[in-house]
Amino acid sequence: MSGPVDPRASRESARAQAGGADQLAGTDPAAAATRDEKPTGSPRGAGAGNTLLRAWRAGAVPILSIVLALFIGAIIIILSPLTTGKPIQPDLPIRAYLALLEGAFGTPAHWADDARRFNAIGDTLVKAAPLMFGGLAVGLAFKAGLFNIGVAGQFLVGAFFAAVAGASFAQLDTNFAVPLALAIGGIAGAVYGFIPGFLKARTGAHEVVTTIMLNAIALQLLAWGLDLVKVAGFSFPRTGDIGNATLPILFGRNIHLGVLLAFLAIFIIRWLLDRTTLGFEIRTVGANPNAARYAGIRPVFIITLAMTLSGLLAGLAGSIQMLGVQTFYATGISNKVGFDSITVALLGRSSPLGIMLSALLFGVLRAGQNLMQLRTQNQVPIEVIDVIQALIILFLAADIIVRRVFRLKKAKGAIEGEVRNVTASWGEQVAR
Amino acid sequence: MDITAIPGLLVDLVRYLVEILFLSPSALEIIMLFTAPLALGALCGVMCERSGVVNIGIEGIMLTTAFAAYLTGFLLHDSIGTFPALVAGVVVAVLVGALLGVVHGWLTISVRADQIIAGVFLNVAAIGVTSYFNRIIITPTGRGGAGVLPDLNLIPAAIAEIPVIGPILAMVFNSNAIAMSVIFLAIILHVLLYRTRWGLRTRAVGEHPKAADTVGINVIRLRYLNVIVGCALAGLAGAYIVIGSNGAFQNEMSAGRGFIALAAVIFGRWTPLGALGGALLFGAASGIQTVISVARPEGQLGQVLGSIPTDFYAAFPYVLTIIILAGVVGRSIPPAADGIPYEKEARA
Repeated sequence: MSGPVDPRASRESARAQAGGADQLAGTDPAAAATRDEKPTGSPRGAGAGNTLLRAWRAGAVPILSIVLALFIGAIIIILSPLTTGKPIQPDLPIRAYLALLEGAFGTPAHWADDARRFNAIGDTLVKAAPLMFGGLAVGLAFKAGLFNIGVAGQFLVGAFFAAVAGASFAQLDTNFAVPLALAIGGIAGAVYGFIPGFLKARTGAHEVVTTIMLNAIALQLLAWGLDLVKVAGFSFPRTGDIGNATLPILFGRNIHLGVLLAFLAIFIIRWLLDRTTLGFEIRTVGANPNAARYAGIRPVFIITLAMTLSGLLAGLAGSIQMLGVQTFYATGISNKVGFDSITVALLGRSSPLGIMLSALLFGVLRAGQNLMQLRTQNQVPIEVIDVIQALIILFLAADIIVRRVFRLKKAKGAIEGEVRNVTASWGEQVAR
Repeated sequence: MDITAIPGLLVDLVRYLVEILFLSPSALEIIMLFTAPLALGALCGVMCERSGVVNIGIEGIMLTTAFAAYLTGFLLHDSIGTFPALVAGVVVAVLVGALLGVVHGWLTISVRADQIIAGVFLNVAAIGVTSYFNRIIITPTGRGGAGVLPDLNLIPAAIAEIPVIGPILAMVFNSNAIAMSVIFLAIILHVLLYRTRWGLRTRAVGEHPKAADTVGINVIRLRYLNVIVGCALAGLAGAYIVIGSNGAFQNEMSAGRGFIALAAVIFGRWTPLGALGGALLFGAASGIQTVISVARPEGQLGQVLGSIPTDFYAAFPYVLTIIILAGVVGRSIPPAADGIPYEKEARA
């Protein structure tokens, strides 16, 4: 991508530095109070050194969590042969990680070749795009004090309806077929996100359990739905060809429209959260539903809306995956996006830019994992990525480990205040 | 279908359910197969949450311990024989469960990490670690585990045929030892929680840890103890879902049952017997398809039940969980300190 030269992006980040203070005050009063800053609201970002220091304080724990997780992952890879009585190969993790990087970024030889230059990096971006949408879905819900574990289900529902819509509009002009199919997939995800949001807001049924149940229900009901819409001529049930509803390739071999939409979504949600009344209301409800109610915000409405928007984003993740990569829906389509999205949102501290960076990291892991398994003759299977992912979550949850290992003192904690409210709400009714 | 037939069908349905549940032993035995892991998971939830620790990692603990039990059987059944290998599998599963309890306790009690995120860690780690070692150790050999725990069959057919009592006795005593232990564990835990010093202290620690601390109860130690014992029970559930049912391990085979167990905890209002009741309800919802396929009702009811797609039956327990949560939660009040880490020096 052309990150630094994009004027839009640099303006965004400049504004973020200028307006950081009020943004924090609205998000989490407790966190803002503990910050060692003067309460006069003096303009921040006095010098480049300060900015870097602040960026390091915010990013240190996530970044070092990744480093530590990769290191522990390497130890697990080295020791694993012991379980089957094979000799230890000390260079195995290095070979594995190098193959992973090659799969995600390509080799110098690839870069010298015009035809293959962007193949690997394209894979990475295509893998990262649904994770950006999914990470935004989880992160937006976090901002409202909600934990959407239902991204997996909303993703599948979105993918299914996008596939069905795509097959119906296959003969339409691309300019109509693509937006229509995307919209229908997104709306389907939104409806599926509305259910747990409404139940939480109205009845207090905790979204952690209801969204997981909805994930399981989606699997079953979509298997049944697929039976209704399956097309003849294949040995297994699947939806029809999506024809003109296929997302156009913008760049290289495989960088489709969904990648661009994912980056757009990052900045739209950033704008929504930081620059709109709705965003302020969502953050206020997330920080303290009771205070929000006194301020005239209706938590019931905001909670339902936030969960619906979260479902919309997850549905779009499924839609771009379907219309850009998968092209037809069949049972057992791989779905790692659900849990990956949670890690992406935690790693990105629920902030859109953080989510963008962590989604790119997971894009690298997911794009490179197959070459890693291939090059190591199955000695380092792709499942090791799941182990590394779990370790990242561990170090984010218990940032004390990271602080001890790297002797950090001033870095921010990894889990934001909004996330803590998710656990607190386990034991209490939502303010009505 | 004719609308006027619906009242008659409902009457038939109730009659069928009464017959199948209380007059023949098979249905309750099938339901018990589905109930046992849910009930053990729910008891884990009760133990943890009663002392103030939210544990959404039950699902992951069940999956990890299921794999531990399976792996133990896989490694040992050639050398020490099938049955000893199965018993060793159960022991290892319980120990691994307790070990994961130490991990969850350390994260939530000592480090005071976010309790939901700690649970997410257990769940994600379970999927990663089990599929990783399944791929590395078991898949290349092409061999399987030690098989299935034998059924006890303590109740002879003559007694099992007695209406109402017979099927219930058969449900408790005719399946394997883990399933039998579930009922007794729930009763024992209920008595312990409401009739002993440990129970009083546990409830105090879950409701008002500061007050409990003031009167000399070691909050940290009691929370650790309860989380570890609770997670050991979840380990028993894990052993059950592999060597108590079909004997084979599949990746992600816990299939959301750890979360249904959490719903059973809420349904049972954080009491052990209530949680058992909730687990029975969800167990019945999970087993209903098998029950109907074994003893298909006659006439129009049979046709209607048979015409419902199997996917709907499979989704039914999850739908029921949501309905129960939405309907019951408002009237079900969790322990006051549930989910809040205890800090000795914190201002109240």
